[in-house]
Amino acid sequence: MIKKLKQIFDKADKDLGLDNRSEKLYGIAALFDTPDDIISAAADVQFEGYEKYDVHTPYPVHGMDDAMKLKPTRLGFFTFFFGAIGTLSALLMIWYMVGFDYKNIIGGKPFFNIPPSMPITFELTVLFAAIATISLMLILFNKLPKVNHPLIDTEYMKRVSSDRFGIVIQQSDPKFNKDEIVNLFKKLGSSDISYINYFEKDESNTKAPIISIKFILGNFVLFIGVSIITYLTLNYLLFITPFDWMNKQPRLMPQSSSTFFKDGRGMRNPVEGTVAKNFIPYEYQGMPDSLVKNMANPLPVNDSVINTGKSKFNIYCSPCHGYFAKGDSRLRGQFPNPPSLHTEKVRKWQDENIYHVITNGQNSMPSYTKQITKDERWAIIHYIRVLQRAQNANDTDIETK
Amino acid sequence: MSFDPTYTKELPLVTERASFKELDDVIFKPTETKPTKKWFIAISISGTAALIGAICLGYTFYYGIGMWGNNVPVGWGFDIINFVFWIGIGHAGTLISAILYLFRQKWRTGIARFAEAMTIFAVMTAGIFPLIHVGRPWLAGYLFPYPNQNSVWVNFNSPLLWDVFAVSTYFVVSFLFWGMGMIPDIANLRSRTKSGVKKFFYTILSFGWRNSNRHWQHYEKAYLILAGLSTPLVLSVHTIVSFDFAVSVLPGWHTTIFPPYFVAGAIFSGFGMVATVLIIVRKVFDMEHIITLNHLEKMCKILLATGSMVGYAYAMEFFIAWYSGNPAEQFVFINRAFGPYAWAYWIMISCNVIFPQLFWFKKIRRSIPIMMILVILVNVGMWFERFVIIVTSLHRDFLPSSWGMYAPTLYDLGILLGSFGMFFTLILLFVKLMPSISLTELKAVTENAQPSEHLHVHSKTHTHSN
Repeated sequence: MIKKLKQIFDKADKDLGLDNRSEKLYGIAALFDTPDDIISAAADVQFEGYEKYDVHTPYPVHGMDDAMKLKPTRLGFFTFFFGAIGTLSALLMIWYMVGFDYKNIIGGKPFFNIPPSMPITFELTVLFAAIATISLMLILFNKLPKVNHPLIDTEYMKRVSSDRFGIVIQQSDPKFNKDEIVNLFKKLGSSDISYINYFEKDESNTKAPIISIKFILGNFVLFIGVSIITYLTLNYLLFITPFDWMNKQPRLMPQSSSTFFKDGRGMRNPVEGTVAKNFIPYEYQGMPDSLVKNMANPLPVNDSVINTGKSKFNIYCSPCHGYFAKGDSRLRGQFPNPPSLHTEKVRKWQDENIYHVITNGQNSMPSYTKQITKDERWAIIHYIRVLQRAQNANDTDIETK
Repeated sequence: MSFDPTYTKELPLVTERASFKELDDVIFKPTETKPTKKWFIAISISGTAALIGAICLGYTFYYGIGMWGNNVPVGWGFDIINFVFWIGIGHAGTLISAILYLFRQKWRTGIARFAEAMTIFAVMTAGIFPLIHVGRPWLAGYLFPYPNQNSVWVNFNSPLLWDVFAVSTYFVVSFLFWGMGMIPDIANLRSRTKSGVKKFFYTILSFGWRNSNRHWQHYEKAYLILAGLSTPLVLSVHTIVSFDFAVSVLPGWHTTIFPPYFVAGAIFSGFGMVATVLIIVRKVFDMEHIITLNHLEKMCKILLATGSMVGYAYAMEFFIAWYSGNPAEQFVFINRAFGPYAWAYWIMISCNVIFPQLFWFKKIRRSIPIMMILVILVNVGMWFERFVIIVTSLHRDFLPSSWGMYAPTLYDLGILLGSFGMFFTLILLFVKLMPSISLTELKAVTENAQPSEHLHVHSKTHTHSN
């Protein structure tokens, strides 16, 4: 298992061309033993007018920047800039979230409250500044990561990582001359001078093998994996917009205004002639009772119907017509007294005529459609018939036992 | 940037003058050799503890946080105690790497990397507790402001939210600082190693660092800036943790002394933990001449100073409780010292204030066994400090009818044990896999590591005169 892994990694090295060197020269390297030696060597190389050279030390040697005449680094300005961006974005974020987008009253404080925003603003300032400083130091200033630089994997690099101090003059320097440089290094007292070549596969040192099947496949697998994790997280854990299962949709509240319609209202009127559910209009509305035809009482005569009719009659009809429908109003003459329901006319009426009067109203009696449902009206009619028969009983109605 | 040679002469940072190569060999030894028997014993103990914690966490997730002892009126129990304890431990690392760096305390180099690693692992351990405390840790994303389907945002007036930002920022920045410091050492490891697998990972982790002075220039600046940024950060983090308590209106919590008191306590407990671990590590990995007795003595001095600060804070809390004339406040503090949890209070006082006073004596500061006992007592005392603050303030508040007592369950204790297991497992893995001492910084402060002063001046005039 481990052997196999080792083989894979060794092969990866070969694919990158990191095991063989080409003939092309990168530069000449010299090693020195003490920090005093390297600092005077660096000063001399700088004095001789070389431009493309570099000093490699296992730790930062003080005074080397002056000896190499390096300009002071401008990293600090970037730190300040990104720190300021952190401050502003924290304040903007808090203002947008609680001062603008969704205002919540918390302890009666202002929506966008400066003092409690300070801790988060401070933390984000530090966060932005720190991430920017390190990533810009590596990427922008030092042009890293770069794992296939010609100096990597050399004996020279091994020594300057550990206990020696080295200087390299590159072949691309305009004053580059092999013999002159070797003489200079010898004169400066270098103990070890070596030539460093480019890697075989990667002479220009700028190309990386991006278009290879392994790379594309690897990226594809990564893409699928990241997509699945992202999908699950956003959909089932965080319910982040827009992955919220359409729980949040644009809509108009009742009675709210809208610029979408010409009349500025959010609500629409129904199409003309629309009949609302359970509100079937009455056919003979406003007509005299003589025209009413073809309506029959749909209810059977039984105790439950009669009782319903009785209770509704006592509630709605009895205040004017009296408990026994004799027209003896309890309203003490505040309204004209209604007729008795025991007249010849009413007794001879069909059920449909009484129904019409309850539904439509008659003379000063209003319509009772709002108060009494259809079935209740028919039940009341049955009860009226009971009253009529009770008040006008014949001898035959008396049951003898 | 001049170098003061008298400083190192007076007090050698690396005793037994060693060549750079030998330093490399000693410090990289754990990464380049097979683990020793001692290491296996240590990791099996810490791994077992971590597993016990994992099992207790599993029970907690399955049955819910009813498995723990906290309930009305003590709603914050071991979970928050452990959180504050571990986050406090995390403060020593950044203090050593950032604040002592700014004060040019060169003795920090031997222990800085190690303390930073401890910071990272302590913050990771601490981070577990708020997550499990909320009951459904997989929904931890709700803590951050993100556009969710309810459209409502988090409460920016709440110290608990500040805590989320403070702890995550602290973790990220400490991690970057630590990682950046390791780049040159990992590059050194990359150059040394012969194994293909190791080389592959070290190459990636070193970003192809090649010790170029043109890189060192920016690197040193970045390190200085990061130290400057981390210094207020480390102070802010425990300040904000203390706001979790101080912004509430509970007697015993609602005090303005909390931020400085918590920061001092955090540094105190952090140094206690660093010292505990270093005493063991220098023995196990034969680094006694790099992490010297002088280092430990200096740490003892810091322990003495911060321990006294914490003692001052304890006294001042009592004074203010009396001076404020607030009966609720006075009751809480009398209850703390003489109530049912008086044993915890007096453990705290003796471990944090009384015993560290022994560090006034040089003999004790330079005696490893006594030091070991004292720093372990500091750890115990600082854990009890958080216990006292949280439990005694909550268990008897304004309404005597709802007073109660708090006792942890077996699962609470298991999770506490597991947190130690996780922390020490990570430490052991770190020492095994990564350069646990910053070689670049250590080499830079050894004798004759920097050019002599006259030459420094000479090279300048030499180049300027032409």
